[in-house]
Amino acid sequence: MNEIIFDLETGSDAGVAERLGISRREFLKFCAATAATLGLPASAEAAIAKAMESAKRPSVIWLHFQECTGCTESLLRAEHPTLDKLILDVISLDYHETLFAAAGHQVEAARKAAMKANKGKYVLVVEGAIPVKDKGIYCKIGGQTAVDMLKECAADAAAVIAIGSCASWGGMPATDPNPTGASSVAEVLGKPVVTIPGCPPNPYNFLATVVHFLTFGSLPAVDALGRPLFAYSRLIHENCERRAHFDAGRFAIEFGDEGHRKGYCLYKLGCKGPETYANCPVIGFGDVGEVSWPVGCGHPCIGCTEKGVGFTKPIHALAKVKNIEPPASYPGISEDQGKVSLGGAALLAAVAGAAAGAAIHVAKKLDKNDGGTKSEGKKPRAEP
Amino acid sequence: MANAHAVAPLGGRLVTPVTVVLAGLTAIAGVILLIRFFFGIGAVTNVNDGFPWGIWIAYDVMVGSALACGGYAMALLVYIFNRGEYHPLVRPALLASLFGYTLAGASVIFDLGRWWNVWHIFWPGYAQINSVMFEVAVCITAYIVVMWIEFSPVFLEKLGMKDVKRKLNKLLFFFIALGVLLPSMHQSSLGSLLVVFGYQVHPLWQTMLLPLLFLMTAILLGFAVVIFEASLVSVGFKRPGETSILARLSRIMYWTLAAYMAVRVGDLVWRGALGAAFAPTLEALMFWIEMLAFSAPLVLLASESSRARASRLFVSAVLLMLGGFMLRINGFLVGYETGSGYHYFPSVPELLVTIGLVAFEILAYIVFVRMLPVLPKHATH
Amino acid sequence: MNINRRDFLKGALAGGALLGMGAEAEARPNKTMPPQALGLLFDSALCIGCKACVAACKRVNGLPPDPTSGDDPMWDAPLDMSAYTYNVIKVYKSGTAVHKDQETDGYAFMKQSCLHCVDPSCVSACPVSAMLKDPVTGIVSYDAGACIGCRYCVAACPFGVPRFEYDKALPKIGKCELCRHRMADGHYAACAEVCPTGATLYGKVTDLMTEARRRLALKPGEKTVFPRGELGGPDQSYSAPAPKYIPQVYGEKELGGTQMIKLASVPFDKLGHRPLPERSYASISEGLQHTLYSYLILPAAVLGVLGVVAKRNAKHDDDDDGSAGRGRK
Repeated sequence: MNEIIFDLETGSDAGVAERLGISRREFLKFCAATAATLGLPASAEAAIAKAMESAKRPSVIWLHFQECTGCTESLLRAEHPTLDKLILDVISLDYHETLFAAAGHQVEAARKAAMKANKGKYVLVVEGAIPVKDKGIYCKIGGQTAVDMLKECAADAAAVIAIGSCASWGGMPATDPNPTGASSVAEVLGKPVVTIPGCPPNPYNFLATVVHFLTFGSLPAVDALGRPLFAYSRLIHENCERRAHFDAGRFAIEFGDEGHRKGYCLYKLGCKGPETYANCPVIGFGDVGEVSWPVGCGHPCIGCTEKGVGFTKPIHALAKVKNIEPPASYPGISEDQGKVSLGGAALLAAVAGAAAGAAIHVAKKLDKNDGGTKSEGKKPRAEP
Repeated sequence: MANAHAVAPLGGRLVTPVTVVLAGLTAIAGVILLIRFFFGIGAVTNVNDGFPWGIWIAYDVMVGSALACGGYAMALLVYIFNRGEYHPLVRPALLASLFGYTLAGASVIFDLGRWWNVWHIFWPGYAQINSVMFEVAVCITAYIVVMWIEFSPVFLEKLGMKDVKRKLNKLLFFFIALGVLLPSMHQSSLGSLLVVFGYQVHPLWQTMLLPLLFLMTAILLGFAVVIFEASLVSVGFKRPGETSILARLSRIMYWTLAAYMAVRVGDLVWRGALGAAFAPTLEALMFWIEMLAFSAPLVLLASESSRARASRLFVSAVLLMLGGFMLRINGFLVGYETGSGYHYFPSVPELLVTIGLVAFEILAYIVFVRMLPVLPKHATH
Repeated sequence: MNINRRDFLKGALAGGALLGMGAEAEARPNKTMPPQALGLLFDSALCIGCKACVAACKRVNGLPPDPTSGDDPMWDAPLDMSAYTYNVIKVYKSGTAVHKDQETDGYAFMKQSCLHCVDPSCVSACPVSAMLKDPVTGIVSYDAGACIGCRYCVAACPFGVPRFEYDKALPKIGKCELCRHRMADGHYAACAEVCPTGATLYGKVTDLMTEARRRLALKPGEKTVFPRGELGGPDQSYSAPAPKYIPQVYGEKELGGTQMIKLASVPFDKLGHRPLPERSYASISEGLQHTLYSYLILPAAVLGVLGVVAKRNAKHDDDDDGSAGRGRK
């Protein structure tokens, strides 16, 4: 099963399709879908197809710590590609506690052998938080603490991906008072890693990240918390299909009331969409369309991807609306209004000028008149 | 001494190039007003929510009625202070006042958005007596009625109804008294209108003395307008000037002007508002123009000999009219600021209505003096 | 000579009398707020600029899109209050405008609608009682049936609230009337009804004032409960950390007080709310009018004097004349 990665003896794409047991068209559709998820231009589809054609599959070591296995389960529900058909054939999954039939010393030995054989080249995926309290005794696999295992595996990995909120920032195990000291991968390793938060995350966020790595040899652009920008750069609030209701002030006040049944905004029920970065409303879950996500089903978002929100704020507490800046078209405190008329100014100037001219003319004429009737003016009273 | 002076219609052709032009301007104004009544005031003016009052109020009503205070000023002088030698100036002044006020009243109707309800101002149950505007409206309306009564002897003379005229004369003193009280009330209250605007009026014009300032300038404008119109009549209708009588009038005007300037400047100093006059703003500039217009006549007419010169009298009168104009325009438009970035300058149709109404006033004046016994009889030269 | 001086002195005396009266015109004090007065508390720090209140106000008042949104617009984005927009939310921006409720490099939202003053300038200015203040609720209402469209209220209001339909042949004034037309059905101000954060809160002004002071007394960051909708109504409250406020309730004293009071985290003069004196302009204007015209005593006295003088002068002339035949005028 294991082959050295990136031996550049490439087969044709027909060969890839045959190897993977799917039609060529299905294969190309997968490449297109992945390119779309990554937010890459259409031309990337070709690059992805080419990368997939290369017969070498990278080794992947997948670790489980304080987790519910939901992230793996989420991946198992992926349809395009299905996990077994494509990804297990695209990558070489060399260690996965849930999916492996083997167990115990046998599987640990397999892991160590794969790590040695692919030293510096394997991708490490971590699912679940890592307890650090009391020297990490609260999670041990094969007698080794999670902390030690993580450090050991991360040492020779080409890339580390933390999948799920637990691995990304502590998640549910890290909820106050966090008795085990559950920590994120980045905190334990002391360096930033790529994180795919969510509880569970959308499987395609993870799959697209991996395919990006395969295609371009590097991980996609990430934000300060290591989250790929193609999935986590926007607030849910910015893409929510109920946003128009929020903007128009139509809210569900109680579960089952008229507003709730009409599909109104769930902000007043505690929806954390306005302060949670994720792409849930954009791609939905379960491959049944956009509306298959919590809000679409009538329950407020709980902010599961977001540290400080998910498993921290009460589900029905009001979310803080994180606008980075107010919209550009918002009216300011004082806006320029009213009309100034250039024509009016010209007309007024003309009238004023004419009046001044007429006044001077009249004044001159008066002097002339006065000269002729000066003798009359000496009388104290005007005569009829 | 109120000797009987012979007055007679001027006669002469009614249709002249001047009257034709004036009639044309009036017609244009009429068309624009039709548009205003069918499509709303915003269709022809630039008034907006930041400047809800434009020149139809600030000029047509405020300045227009002040310029129409010739009748008031002359009535005050001739019938209250008993200076009968100014009697010949009364009828023409009254005529100008009549038109000025009637047109100011018409301008109010043109400006009112819901003009069909205007009778509410006079109706118990609607009338709100604490409003300055209520008092202004009632006083102006009453004054217009009084003026038509004061002017009725002219019609009665023309119609030869001597008996009616005699009976009216016995009661005239009461209407004259009203004709002095009412303008004192409403001209001062036109200034009081600004008081409720508070900070929205620039400190150079916002003061509790606004009623006094407006009243004094109304009286001054009354004198000035009498001089102005007498001068125009002598030049326009080619009649001998009445410089001597106007010269004596101008002395009274002079001292009234001095008193006004003392009050105006004193008030600014007392309130500490004079500093704003030295800021590099439009308000300061307009303020200085206003001050200049009021001060120049104090220089021009300082001596008796200068007051005897018709041209000086006329120019001083024009300057005073400009000053009175500036005070009102500055108070209601230039110095008015509601905040929130609004601008206003009258539109061309808006100006044409004002111009047309003034043209109509002049036209009517010409028609009246030609057809009715208004002007004193003079030997024509 | 003498005459001139006399005239001058007469004028000076008359002027002095009016001057004296002007100085004394402090006659009427501010009106007081009815004890059951209704109003709104607007908290700028809670406002998220969602404009639900703008949309709700338009809906319940049947208002069309604002003219500033253009002809046949796709959406309504009013720049300011107008005869078709009784309520608007405006934004204050400074520098990068990234931090909410911060004065520098920040932004904040401010609601603008009728403040329902305790001593309104518009009610004092209106000559035909079209603007009225309800003696119980204190709501300032507008009656188009009485209105003459003179726009004195538009000019007089120190907050620029009443607006006019300049584009209509049969125009009206438009302004918030606190949804008094919905109160019979048990509704209250729509803006408060829909506000998701309780930034606009409806209730009795005395209660709102208590709530405003409570918020000002909190430490910034201290967890507290914020009500939504109607104060004293069905509980829609939520808990959140207290914002940092400017220590002022705008409308508490300004011009005698207003029934819509406001809290903010940015100084009010930056939010279009300038500092204003306690004395209402209505009381100053009415004080002046009453001093001069109260019960028409002064005008009647002056009329009496004028009448006597005019009659005396007329008689004088008639006697001199010897005959009353040739008309005086």
